[in-house]
Parts: sequence; C-alpha cells; structure tokens
Amino acid sequence: MYVELKDINKKYGDFYASKDVNLSIEKGKLVALLGPSGSGKTTILRMIAGLENPTSGSIFIDGKRVDGLAPSERGIGFMFQSYALFRYMTVFDNIAFGLRVKKVPEDQIRSRVKELLKLTNLEGIENRYPNQISGGQRQRVAFARAIAPNPSLLLLDEPFAAVDAKVRQDLRSWLRDMIYRLGITSIFVTHDQDEAVEVADQIVVVNRGRVEQTGTPSDIYGGPQTAFVAEFVGQSLPINDFYKLRGYEEQKNLYKGAIVRPEFVEVFRADNPTFKELVPVADRATVEKISFRGDHLELLVDVKGIKLTVSRALERRPVSVGDQMLAVVYRLYAFDHEDIVLLNNANLRDYEAIA
Amino acid sequence: MRSIASRNGKIKVKRSDRVIPGFGLSLGITIVMLSVLILIPLASVLLYSFQLSPDKFVTLITNRAVLFAFGTSISCAFIAALINCIFGTVLAWVLVRYDFPGKRILDGVVELPFCLPTAVAGITLSKLYSDTGWMGRIFSRIGVKISYTHIGLTIALIFIGIPFVVRAIQPVLENLDPQLEEAAYALGANPRITFFKIILSELRPALLTGFALAFARGIGEYGSVIYISGNSAKDHTQVISYVIMQKLNYMDYASATAIALVLLIISFSILFLINVIQIRQSKRTNYL
Amino acid sequence: MDYTEQTKQKGHNLVKGVLITISVLFVGIMLILPMVSVVTNALSKGFSFYVHSLTTEYVVSALVITLLATLVAVVVNTFFGIMASWALTRFSFKGKHVLATLIDIPFSISPVIAGLSYIMTFGRMGWAAPVINWINATFHTDLQIVFALPGVLLATIFVTFPFISREIIPVLNSEGCDEEEAAALMGAGGFTIFRKITFPKMKWALIYGMILCAARALGEFGAVSALSKTRGKTFTLPLEIDALYLSGDSDSIVSAFSVSSILVILAIVVLVLRNIFEYREKKSSNESR
Repeated sequence: MYVELKDINKKYGDFYASKDVNLSIEKGKLVALLGPSGSGKTTILRMIAGLENPTSGSIFIDGKRVDGLAPSERGIGFMFQSYALFRYMTVFDNIAFGLRVKKVPEDQIRSRVKELLKLTNLEGIENRYPNQISGGQRQRVAFARAIAPNPSLLLLDEPFAAVDAKVRQDLRSWLRDMIYRLGITSIFVTHDQDEAVEVADQIVVVNRGRVEQTGTPSDIYGGPQTAFVAEFVGQSLPINDFYKLRGYEEQKNLYKGAIVRPEFVEVFRADNPTFKELVPVADRATVEKISFRGDHLELLVDVKGIKLTVSRALERRPVSVGDQMLAVVYRLYAFDHEDIVLLNNANLRDYEAIA
Repeated sequence: MRSIASRNGKIKVKRSDRVIPGFGLSLGITIVMLSVLILIPLASVLLYSFQLSPDKFVTLITNRAVLFAFGTSISCAFIAALINCIFGTVLAWVLVRYDFPGKRILDGVVELPFCLPTAVAGITLSKLYSDTGWMGRIFSRIGVKISYTHIGLTIALIFIGIPFVVRAIQPVLENLDPQLEEAAYALGANPRITFFKIILSELRPALLTGFALAFARGIGEYGSVIYISGNSAKDHTQVISYVIMQKLNYMDYASATAIALVLLIISFSILFLINVIQIRQSKRTNYL
Repeated sequence: MDYTEQTKQKGHNLVKGVLITISVLFVGIMLILPMVSVVTNALSKGFSFYVHSLTTEYVVSALVITLLATLVAVVVNTFFGIMASWALTRFSFKGKHVLATLIDIPFSISPVIAGLSYIMTFGRMGWAAPVINWINATFHTDLQIVFALPGVLLATIFVTFPFISREIIPVLNSEGCDEEEAAALMGAGGFTIFRKITFPKMKWALIYGMILCAARALGEFGAVSALSKTRGKTFTLPLEIDALYLSGDSDSIVSAFSVSSILVILAIVVLVLRNIFEYREKKSSNESR
C-alpha cells in the first residue's frame, strides 16, 4: 500500500473530526474522499498533508511513517480549494516557488517551469499575476505549482469548487487525463458524487469523521454497505413505512426504513396493455408533480401516503398531474441500524407481468 | 509494516497543528513587549493602590473635588458622545450616500482630531471660544460664556470624539445591503420609516461602539480640555485627568493612584462593553 | 416621471441639501475654524515674529526631542505590530482574544494614567527604582527613566502602542493564511514566507499604521507631560506649546500658536498621506479579490 492511515483519530475538544479512520491507497490510483460538508473529509486530507496532526494513530507514505514530519518533508503536492496562489507573484514565480525554496539551480527551475507551462497549456501568461487570469487558468497554475517539485503524492482539496459550472466539466476530464499521464498517486476531496464517480478510480465515502465505505465507483453505487452510503450516493429517497408497498409487506418488522432510487420504480398508465395484470401486484399512485429534467421527466407520485420520485423516459406516453397510475417498486435498500440489504419485490417471482 | 512502525516509533512526534513557522517567536515577543511596556507599568498602579487601606482609599476617592471632577468628566463626555452620535450619523450618511464636490476633503477632515496634537486643539479651542475669540465674541453678546465652563469642555470633547463615531458607522453603512432598503420601500415604507426602523437598527451596534469609544476617550481626555475648562474646583470645571496630574505635581501619589484605579476600572468596563458589542455583532452577521 | 415621483424626488433633494449643509457647517465650525484660528493667531504679530518664535533654543530642542520620540515609537511599534499580527492572525491558540484586547488597552485609557504608571514603576516610589539604582551603582551609569529622555520615549511608545498592529491585523485576517500554508508546505522558512507572501499583503496597511503612529507620537501630551519636567531638555513640542501658552504674556501666547502651526501643518500632511495610503490599500485589497 502506498498511502496508509491506521486508527486515525482527530479531536477538537470533545468533537471527533475523525474517528477510527483506516485507509489504504495503492500506488498510482486516483482516489476521491467523498462526503457531505462537515463530514471530516478535508481533515483527513490535511492530516495526510501534515497541515493538521492526528490526535492518535499513524500515517504512512511509501512505507515511511510521516506523522510528526513537517509537511515539506513528506514529498507531497497540495492543491488548496481556493488555490492559494501567491497573489504578489507572477504565474512563473508561483510555479517556481517550491523549487526555489529547495534551492534548485535557477537554470533547472527555468526549464522545469517551462515544461510545466507547456504541459498545462499556460504558455504566454507566465508573466501575469493571479488576478489577471481566468478561473480555469488559476486552477492549472495551482496544479502546476503543486507538481513542480515532483511530489510522489498529490492532494487536492475540492479542486473544482472555485470554478463555475461551465468550466468545471472541462477541468474534470483535463485533470483526470493529466494525473493519469503523470502517473502520480492522487487523493482529492469532493462533496459532489458526480465528480467522484467521473474522476476517481476509487471512492472513499466519509461521514461524521468515519469511513463508511471504500470501493470503485460501481461498488459504491451498486452495493452500498451502509444506509448513509445508499442515501448519499445516487438520487435517493429515504422512506419509513416502506412495508405499505406491495411486495414488501412481510419485511415490516425486520427493517427500520428503506431507501428508494428513482430508477427502482416504474409507473404505468391506466391504458397500458398490462394494466389488468398489474392491478394485483402494483400500488395505486397519484401523480403530484412533473418536472422536466432535460433528457427525462421526473415524477413525484403519492403511493399510500408515501412520496416517491420516479424517472420516466420522454418517449413514453405522456402523463399529467392528477393522473391515477400504477406504481411498482422493483427493489429497494432496506436498513436496520448497521445493516443494509437490497430487497427485491417479493411479487416479482410470482408475476410474469412485471418480471 | 509492523517493523516499520516500531522502527519509526521513536521519532519525536511534535503534536502541533502549526504549519506556518514562527509561532513561539512572534507570540513570545508580543507577550514580552506587551508586558514590559503596558501591563507591568499598569500593574504597578494597581499594586500601589492596593497598599492603601480601604478607609484611606474611600477617603481619597470621596474627596469633594475628586467626586465633582469625576462628575464633570463623565457627564461632559456623555453629552459630547451623544451629540457626536447625532452629527456623526449625519456625516457618515452624507459621506456614504451622497456625491458632491469636496466630499473627499470633508471625508479627510473628519480625521483631523486624530492627527492634531491635543494640546494644539486645546489652546486653539480655548482661544476661539474665549470672550475675545471669533466664536466667543458672538456668544458673549447673547450672554453665553463658553471657555472656562462646562460648555467649552463639552465642545472640546465633541472635537475629540467625532471621528470615532463617523469611522464606526461609515463601514457598516457602506456594507448595508441595498436590497434591505429596497425591500422596505417595496413594502410601502416611506423613507423616514425606512431610516428609523430599518437602517438605524442595522447601525445600532456600530453606533454603540462609536459612542463607547468617544465616551471612553472623553472621560480620560487631558490635552484638549485643560485649556478650555476652567480647572477651577469651585466652579466644578476640573476634569479627572487634570486632578490626577495635579496630585502628581504635588507628589500626592496615593491620591493619584487611587483616582487612576477608579478611572481604569471605568475605562476597562467600557472596553469590555465594546468587545461584547463587537462579538455580538460578528455573531449576528455570521448567522445571517 | 409622474407627479408623485417628482415630489418624492424633490423631497429627497431637500433632505440631501439639508444634510450636506449640516455636515459642512459642523465640520467647518468644529474642525476647520480652529485650524484657521491657529494660523491667524500665529501670524498676528507679523511674519518675522513668527519665524523668530520658531527658532528659539527651547523650540529647537523640543523639535529634536519630538522627532526622536516619534522615530523610536514608530520603530518599536512597527516591530511589535508585525510580531503581534503574525501571532494573532496566522495561528489560533487559547487566550487569543484576551491578548488582542490587552493590546488595545492604551486606546481606551487616559494618557495621564500612562504617565502615572511609569512613575509608579520607575520613579522614586516605584518598585523598579532599586533595580535602576543597582544598575547605576554597578555599571557607574547615570540611567534615569522618569523625568528624563527614556521616560519621554516610553510614554510615547505607550500611547501609540496598538496603532500599527491594529491596522495590520484586520487586513491579514481578511486575507486568510492559505498562501502562507501553501508556502510552508513547499518547505519555505518563516522569513521567506514573511518577505515574499505576508509582507506584500500588509504593506499598505503597515505604512498607513506607521503614519497614524507618527501623527499620534508627534502630538502626545498628557503622558509625556507627567514624565517630563525640564524645559529645553526633555520637553517635546506640545509641552513647549503648553509652557508658552500658560506663561500668560501676549508674546508667548502668539509664540505658542506659532509652534502649534507647525504641528497643524504636519497634521494636514499626515491627513493627506493617510488618504493616499488608505486609497492604495483599498485598491490593492480590491485587486487581489
């Protein structure tokens, strides 16, 4: 393992910013620390960097114990959320700073910075100051500055938070390509699941200072191991009285609650050819709200007092508010304190109509 | 992994979250300089005054001249600070909201009392409002004496205090969300109601801070007031800092320190009040 | 514009006119008139008298002492201001707010108390007097603090103590310390971080604070007055003005105004500089955003 965190705890007074964090990261991987704001993901990143020290536990980078070492001795590059570009230095001087501090000969600095300017497509603006360049360019300068001294580990704190939505999409793929090209092990913090899924090889979901689950994006999405992950990842709706739904009545006392994603539900119009067959297995649903989501519709339906969100392809037959329909919930995540299971609709095996 | 852990286990682990260097040095120098130059000398005053017996202390403090001097300083500083709140609000309003020729000069001149030596302010005000001065002549015609009375004293304190109030209000007024007023207008409030109900309540913490600063400065003021106030015990026109100075000149250190202690307590209470207001204010704006 | 809009606009203009008039009158009578009065009084006995009263031995000596005290106060307080602002804005620690409040003490206490506190420390009654006597006896020196030059310098430092830190701290606070952290993370030392990153951020605020500090130091009266008793030796300009004014004869009073006029001119210079630097500071902090 290239980066390892063992039994890390971080306390601020009585508050645990990190609790029993264990984490292993392979060399060359691009890892996302994903969690809501205040979940402690940034604290983990800052502890790896040495900007904060754990209250207990140990951190290893490349087999070497680094907690207690100054940040500059850990061989890391760090990209700040705000980029923290030195505003009174030019782009060139910003990128060169880390090398100058290390007393690298000036001609080597010059060639390294030139190389990075070319790599990050910043040639021609090296004499400008940070406030004279665009948000996207700033991010690239911050990136170039972080990798200039050839760090073995790159840490990025919300790398896309400071750019506007339009540029963000381009920067995501740019950054991913760049990191792969350099082959540098990287960890970034984000609260945006789309960002994590799109950019990372591996996702670490963090909540309340704990690691909830670690895995590939598809592991996290398809097999959430905790109620929190199921709810946080994907578009998820927690419901309590899920046992009122047809096909789940028998589970009533086994689970505390459930989480339903829009893609787990389908609604059928009354004139659907299979309608009659559906009646015994489906629930009556009333359409309460229809929202246009670009490539699909999102319906809010009421099923026995439970509000469900359903996505519906545009090419299917139109629906309108107030329509009486039938809803089938194919599966859902049911949870009970710690455990979470994917439950399939019990009627599924009995009725061909909806199989 | 285990072997590495134990091998490196001996590393001296500095458990500090301070990445930026220089904490010990800068804090050390700050505390040493603050102590040597400010805190220890002030503590000497406390130390000396604690050596006085309570009876003696009370006798010194309740001396008629001393009590009247406290009364004069506090009441004149209070009135001056109040007047400054009114004119200070008007000035800040005019400087923030309106554009007119000479505005930058007006803005600069408000600071004059900060830059002008108090003794200079003192002699010129005293001369200006004496019976032969430009202003004094006008007022003496209607039978009002200004120099060497409480009125003169208050005028000098208005002079000293005005920048505190203006500078406390100005930034708040500048940062006031224009939507707040627009919302009030949109709801049908007229400008007068908007000012008194909306803007003034937004300004209240700043106004209080400005008032407290001007008041605190006024109570301890020396240079600018000693020429214009009569310094007569009989007419009760002595200010408290003048009394301290007088006791010092007579080497009556016991009285000087006893009075200084009371004055310090008053000053610290005001300082504390200002801090409370500011903490509250920042909390309030943070929660918004 | 309909009728009601027009009347509203009229009412608005009326209010504006009235408020501006009040402001101009207030500033004119309360602040500008006294300045004008200083100058006319100073010149009331002719220009040659004016020049003569500025070149007496006492005034020249007072000018030297004043400039010296100002220089010392600015240097000491600049050093302190940089140290204090570094400690208070780059780190968080227990008691930080208390420390910040303690630094501001000299703002809110009477300058006379500042003078008194040095007398009670270093004067004949003070607990530090034996220490000074011991130093003098051991090293055969003639060190004196109270009623001597060191007292004047100390008093000036006291009253101007928070001026510079007070200007720098808010600027550094609002700029955050991400940049410093980034630099430290790359291995930069404290001095490099200060020189390359922090100093450029606070440059204008520092200069601005130094000007304020100088202005206050030039004019300090109450504190110095308690500690300085020898005219022509330890008197500063404000003390000299006081001595001239209180001596009572009309020549001396005019001389007092003559000396004052120098300080008025200095005050106006400070005001202008102050405005320039305040403007620069605002501009630089706007640009960096």
